[in-house]
Amino acid sequence: MRFLHCCLLVCLYLPSLVLATGVAVGDTAPATQLPNLADNSTTSLHGLKGKVVYVDFWASWCGPCRLSFPQLEQLRGELGPQGFEVFAINVDEFEKDALAFLREIPVSYHVVRDASGDTPRNWGILGMPTGFLIGRNGVVRKVHQGYRKNDGAALRLEIIELLRE
Amino acid sequence: MKYAFTLLLITALCGCETVQPWERGSLSKEEMAWQSDVMESSLQNQMYTSKEASSGGNGAAGGGCGCN
Repeated sequence: MRFLHCCLLVCLYLPSLVLATGVAVGDTAPATQLPNLADNSTTSLHGLKGKVVYVDFWASWCGPCRLSFPQLEQLRGELGPQGFEVFAINVDEFEKDALAFLREIPVSYHVVRDASGDTPRNWGILGMPTGFLIGRNGVVRKVHQGYRKNDGAALRLEIIELLRE
Repeated sequence: MKYAFTLLLITALCGCETVQPWERGSLSKEEMAWQSDVMESSLQNQMYTSKEASSGGNGAAGGGCGCN
């Protein structure tokens, strides 16, 4: 009976143990290569090494993502020449939803797609959207969960600081 | 019988799956919401609690007149 109780506890707590893993501040960003949303070519995060990169996990149904896109586009327009890049990973179940979102809010930065859920699982995403600010050396410097109206200003200062390093 | 039930319970629990943040697309659809219209639901709640003279019972302070 005690054995059965142990099994019961393991079954209850196993999902939370799985959730505990993920990318944290100080970790090297995992190698990520995904197909672009617009065509069949792929983009690799490793190919952006040497730049300050904001990896943004987003979905068309996510309200705060609607807020973050114009701000990220603006930041990339301003700080792109200094070495800032956005790597947006779409996790929509249906590609058409993501394309409709981008028709409404067009952006010029890299938008790749992973409908399998492997990439957000590897990165340990706990909410939508989640952003990872990665330094020029490929190390995660900040994990940003959710997105509010004034987050763009704080993010801009953090990016500028990283660009100076 | 007791062992069989416990085993059944364990097996059933192993089938539990957490909906991950990136899998909530279907749940976020309008037809999946408890309330189809949040504003209308709030208004109906206001009327109901005031008519029942139980304003405040739903988490908000106020009188029973339905005017606040």
